[in-house]
Amino acid sequence: MREHDQQRSDQPASGSGFNRRDFLKGSGAAVAATALVNEATEAQAQDNKVASGPVDVTLNVNGKQQTLKLEPRTTLLDALRDELNLTGCKDVCDTTNCGACTVMIDGKATYACTRLAVEVQGREVKTVESLRQGDSCDEVIDGFVKHDALQCGFCTPGFVVATRAFLDRNPGATLEEIQKGLGGNLCRCGTYNGITACALELAKKGGA
Amino acid sequence: MSGRVVNWRNSGLIGEDTQRLDGHDKASGFAKYTYDINPEGTLYAKLLTCTHAKAKITRLDVESAKAIKGVHTVYLFKKEGDECNWDGELVAAVAAETADIAEDGVRAIKVSYEVGKHFVDEDDLEGAAAAERTKDLVDKTDGDPDAAIKGAAAVHEGYYGIATISHMCLEPHGAHVKWNEGGDGPKVVAHHSTQAVSTTGPQFAQGFGLDASDVRVICNYIGGGFGSKFAADVWGLAATQMSKDTGRPVRLMLDRATELKTPGTRPSGFGKVTVAADEDGKIIAWKSHHWGTNGPQGGTIDGNQMPYVFSFENQAVKSTGIKTDCGPNRAWRAPNHPQLCAITDAALTDLAAKLDMDPVELYRVNIEEGAVDRFAKNKVSVYQAELDRAVELMEWDDKWHTPGEGDGPVKKGVGVALHRWGGRAGASTCTVKVHPDGGAEVFLGSQDLGTGTRTVIAMVLADTLGLPLDRVKVHIGSNAYPQANPSGGSITVGGVSGPVRRAALDALWQICDKVAAKYGVPGDDLDAFGGRIWHDHKEVCTWDDACRLLGTMTLETSGRGPENDGLTDQLVGGVQMADVSVDTETGIVTINKMVAVQDCGTIINPMTARSQVYGGLIMGIAYALSEERIMDNQTGRYINADLENYKLPRIGDIGELVVDMYQPESEFARGVVGLGEPPVISTGAAISNAVFNALGVRVPVLPLTPKRVLDALAAAKA
Repeated sequence: MREHDQQRSDQPASGSGFNRRDFLKGSGAAVAATALVNEATEAQAQDNKVASGPVDVTLNVNGKQQTLKLEPRTTLLDALRDELNLTGCKDVCDTTNCGACTVMIDGKATYACTRLAVEVQGREVKTVESLRQGDSCDEVIDGFVKHDALQCGFCTPGFVVATRAFLDRNPGATLEEIQKGLGGNLCRCGTYNGITACALELAKKGGA
Repeated sequence: MSGRVVNWRNSGLIGEDTQRLDGHDKASGFAKYTYDINPEGTLYAKLLTCTHAKAKITRLDVESAKAIKGVHTVYLFKKEGDECNWDGELVAAVAAETADIAEDGVRAIKVSYEVGKHFVDEDDLEGAAAAERTKDLVDKTDGDPDAAIKGAAAVHEGYYGIATISHMCLEPHGAHVKWNEGGDGPKVVAHHSTQAVSTTGPQFAQGFGLDASDVRVICNYIGGGFGSKFAADVWGLAATQMSKDTGRPVRLMLDRATELKTPGTRPSGFGKVTVAADEDGKIIAWKSHHWGTNGPQGGTIDGNQMPYVFSFENQAVKSTGIKTDCGPNRAWRAPNHPQLCAITDAALTDLAAKLDMDPVELYRVNIEEGAVDRFAKNKVSVYQAELDRAVELMEWDDKWHTPGEGDGPVKKGVGVALHRWGGRAGASTCTVKVHPDGGAEVFLGSQDLGTGTRTVIAMVLADTLGLPLDRVKVHIGSNAYPQANPSGGSITVGGVSGPVRRAALDALWQICDKVAAKYGVPGDDLDAFGGRIWHDHKEVCTWDDACRLLGTMTLETSGRGPENDGLTDQLVGGVQMADVSVDTETGIVTINKMVAVQDCGTIINPMTARSQVYGGLIMGIAYALSEERIMDNQTGRYINADLENYKLPRIGDIGELVVDMYQPESEFARGVVGLGEPPVISTGAAISNAVFNALGVRVPVLPLTPKRVLDALAAAKA
């Protein structure tokens, strides 16, 4: 999980059940009844004033600079999906576990659910939509279809971006490296076999 | 085509690996799911849910939520004085300009509860009985099992169980609804994440004084359903009401925790089994009593189908449901079967151990003896053939050993289990249009759950007309189209392929009649293939020439099904084997290899068929090793309702998967049978049996978490 380990190193540990987004948003109603989370909920209750009011946020998404009016607490995921209608990244777990929201920030696979839009200003954001121009698709997309590495397809765009970013950094990856490198994404339908076959085939060709 | 017959032969596309038509749109993020519907003006709704297992609402004040700038409306599922019956039951929804503001609104709601006494321990039969929460469901006896047990060569008694799991659809349940006050279009347009495009419209209409014809239901893509998305549901109706109230479209999707807690779970099952055999391994008696919960209703897994696949001369089966204050159940891929299989097939492997017998041999003996239930009666030779193939693919004879044999700390073992499923075709209709320019399209109110339905429909239409796939268009995902069956129970591939084949043949034959009149050839002896019409291997005309004979009018035909014309059938078997390593120091079970041998009659698209089986194996690995709902007895809450603590396998956790689609001529000749459910059924039992083979100790309850493995090893030592 090279990519994701790097990402996690500068974010709160997901194991704490309490993260920056929860803090900002104070989503006490949604958390489970564990002692740790209760502690976090109390912390939120004491500081339940959120910074609000839209501000200008300039994002560089898929090579285009766009200025949006966003509340500072808006996540990159919500900005991409609800403001820019780039819905390839999906909202599934909201807690950096499943990878359905994966986008690339400066070429690195990143969970968009736990990044604020304001903090990625000045950085290059690429979504799955950037991997397709008309009928011309990135080899990873073609490879997913060729190996039938998708069923319902809801996790698929996140997996596609994670695979693209992983192969860019590990063009000749081995099976073990692929399994580790793509371990930050989850699929429920059970498409891992095809994803592995696709990534392995591309890695054998040098990660094309 | 010699003569006009309805079958799957003489085909160019049927049975060929075909990439799914929507693959690029899904993989590139272009496909729009319900959760992605986001037109200008959409309001976003968030939910307040009950945080207790049993409670009465004493206060529910939403005024401060309504006062928040950007909040447009609050919908109440409950009112003061109402009871809540599980952790996660819906209380209120807030619709606002952004999701964040809606969450502010939810937090601003003042809610208080009078907390009641709860019961959530689904394996505690005695406690449930003491609390008067049990319900006797099945109690039936055939023959005299007690007498047979007394005279048996081997008797095994065991306890087995399988925990409750959630559906965990990655796209949560929900809808995007627009209420239209005026205009020509439908009054309600509901983008709805559903497995039942054709049948949820009336539910949206009901309660709003509308006719079903006022409601358009659309679902082009669905991010998982697994049996839990057949209804409009209270949240769909809430979105409708909120759209009506605000004049704005409203999107209400369940949050992740609520998605796990409320829209369905798979019931648990725990049970004691006594099973006895003669010295040849022929099973002469079965006794079982199982219990479990499906939530407030108080059911458990179906006692009428216990023991699973088999039926013995002397057998007694009892089942007891437990009413718990847990979330309700819904059909979960192959309802009842994985749990029945997990209990039955574990007991059979343990009996084989008592007999010093290879469990494959035990299956062979009893299948040969005809000790199978009425569903599996006609599958005897199929099971034997599938066992042969699985044995070979797993190299079973080299790997199987006396249970527990071998040195630790990491021990290896193999296990086997088998299953059955119905999979008959659902009732559907369709309209096929062939245009004068030669293009063709088909309309039906079906849905593609990710199984590849869209692609199968296109293959059948293109194959019948002798066209390449890019000349046909498939229109599904709307209740504006002819009605198709809800997709549950593995009835869709048969449900759609039969009607489309019939409608396309009808169109083809009408066109052939015109070709016959024009070119002087016998109309009932023409073939359509490669974009041309042929007679006796000689080209008569191109397909486009033939369609020009239609003049200016598009040819329209309809098809319905199922019919008894051999295009579809029912009942499949299936055998699975697992090869695992168990670390006796950490309790971690690792999958080395899985083998699945699966029949399903005529296979239209082998590529997506194999994907169904791969998916079944992986979902099976999930509930076998890590996936379960964990209820906290103290608080009555579902404490792992998130994707961090609800453990699913990741890409490196599945080992080598070998899928073998069993389709000899006898299977192809049967017609199409559904495939969605069967491959998830016997995976859990096969893995449990492999762990038993490795350890020589039964880890009784699935999932086989490290703690359960270590506990079983410690108990065996004591």
